[in-house]
Amino acid sequence: MESFFTRFKNVLVLVAILLAQTIGLAVQVRRPVESGAPDSSKVTLIRYWAVSVVTPFERFFHGIGYTFRHGWSNYVDLRHTRQENHDLQEQIARLRLEQASFAEDAMQGHRLQAMLDFQQHYVSTTVAAQVIGTSGNDLSRVVYIDKGAKDGLKADQAVITPDGIVGKIRDVFPHTSQVLLINDQTSGAGVLLATTRIRAILRGSTTGQILINNLTPDDRIKPGEQVLSSGGDQVYPRGLPVGTIESIKVDPDHQPYTLIQLRPAANLNQLEEVLVITGTQTTLPAAAQKDLAAGAATAEAQATAKQLADQQAAEAAARSAAQIVADRLPSIHEGDDDTTKTGASATPAAKTPPVSVVPKPLPTLHSDRYSPGATPPAVNLRPGAPEAANPVVPQTPTPDATTQPATPKPAQPRPRKSQPPPDSAQPPTQSPNPQP
Amino acid sequence: MATRSFTSRRELEQHSFPSAVALLVPLGAILLQALLPRPFPRLAILDLPLIVTIFFAVSRRNPVAGTLTGAAIGLLQDALTAQPIGVNGMAKSVIGYIAASIGIQVDVENLTTRILINFGFFLINSFLLFLINRRLLGLTNFHIYWGHEFIRAAINTFVAIPIFFLLDNTKRNE
Repeated sequence: MESFFTRFKNVLVLVAILLAQTIGLAVQVRRPVESGAPDSSKVTLIRYWAVSVVTPFERFFHGIGYTFRHGWSNYVDLRHTRQENHDLQEQIARLRLEQASFAEDAMQGHRLQAMLDFQQHYVSTTVAAQVIGTSGNDLSRVVYIDKGAKDGLKADQAVITPDGIVGKIRDVFPHTSQVLLINDQTSGAGVLLATTRIRAILRGSTTGQILINNLTPDDRIKPGEQVLSSGGDQVYPRGLPVGTIESIKVDPDHQPYTLIQLRPAANLNQLEEVLVITGTQTTLPAAAQKDLAAGAATAEAQATAKQLADQQAAEAAARSAAQIVADRLPSIHEGDDDTTKTGASATPAAKTPPVSVVPKPLPTLHSDRYSPGATPPAVNLRPGAPEAANPVVPQTPTPDATTQPATPKPAQPRPRKSQPPPDSAQPPTQSPNPQP
Repeated sequence: MATRSFTSRRELEQHSFPSAVALLVPLGAILLQALLPRPFPRLAILDLPLIVTIFFAVSRRNPVAGTLTGAAIGLLQDALTAQPIGVNGMAKSVIGYIAASIGIQVDVENLTTRILINFGFFLINSFLLFLINRRLLGLTNFHIYWGHEFIRAAINTFVAIPIFFLLDNTKRNE
């Protein structure tokens, strides 16, 4: 018996170790498999030991690299701070205008949601953290961040960047947390296609791609469509960017389903700083409400300014038209010349723009029945009477109050024929076709 | 009269390492493996812990030591991942055992042998991981792309050779 153990010592050790690890695996893996579920307390203890050994070194090297890299870049960046500040100010102004255009829709949507009693979750509190390490294994896509339970982090909290979702916290240690990225093979998230509003489930893969494989072929789904978080998984708040559809093809393993590959919105390979969502609320946060109100005020101010500008433009157009007509009329120029000549009579009233000036037609040189003032009044006309019975009596045009020129009246040339001389105080009525 | 004793290759070329080297080199490999992919994401294709496992196993030429070294390194590596603890532990235990057994039989100091064993062990490691994930853990969506695995094996072999020469300097002949 002793010789048996001596002879097969190596193999027996191997078998014993493999057996022990197999039992360990069987204890850890639960059925049904919960994707990304945190470990049991015993496994967490083993991970805690390993993380405790490794993370101090990771923090040390990360700190050195960060200090060196950012110390130099901070110095270099100072040269462009003024320009960047200017650019950012412009960007803020532009974003304010964009925000204003969205504010009205947002407020309307908010009111409608309130009416329909939707339970919307808004991000209220976040904790910023830095990525200090990875798992070092491309079959397990996790990263370690420098914030843990002491900073208020808990398992299953969503981790995001301003670009989009990153993953969720899987395990929390006192000063460190393990973040399961959305492209890990055990990851999953509820998503919504932005244009078609189709709900789907997103999964990671062994190759690090993000896939949707629970949808049947649909012609409405096109590459380039944006994918948002649906909020149905109770981890990621609704409406956060997840990625865009990169390709759509038939899933060879699960027909007739399609295999939709996404390009993640956040750069999962180059994560430096992330935000952990530590709290959500059903109402819009105070800061967001303030921004929304500011956006609405900006929109209102924009609308008022636009209305005023339109009004001014209309006035200017009218003024311009009157000016053009006035410029074409010799009477105005004569009046102006007269005013220039008199000099002393150039009162402030005479300098007013010719907005209220109605141009006067020149006296008719060859008067006929169509000449202004040639038509007799209706009371003098008899229906059916010959033309001779209705004498054409030149009428003295009645001046209208609005047709009184503001400028001194120019001297009228005298007619050559039987046309009565027009009264200088009572100019003739406006002719539709004034003769120059 | 001089006496001649016939000793095996194992007895002639069995190396040992200082405790500090035996402890710090695997730890350093795991640490580098965790740190490097952050600034250089493409370096995630490397498997420095496996290179170290193979080196210690073939150098010590002791299957028990190789198995234990592989198990320890693999378990520590697993503890940093989101996978169940034991996946890499089991794979590297087997690799350590086989590498130590081969080290008894062949001359592992030769460059060609080193290239071949490294390339071969990386492919075996990929196959073992596939078996463990697919069969033991029942992950039906776990796929292995052999083209990618060949590239991974080639790149790791290329990295392993200078590391082997570097670590040769830490050997302590008995």
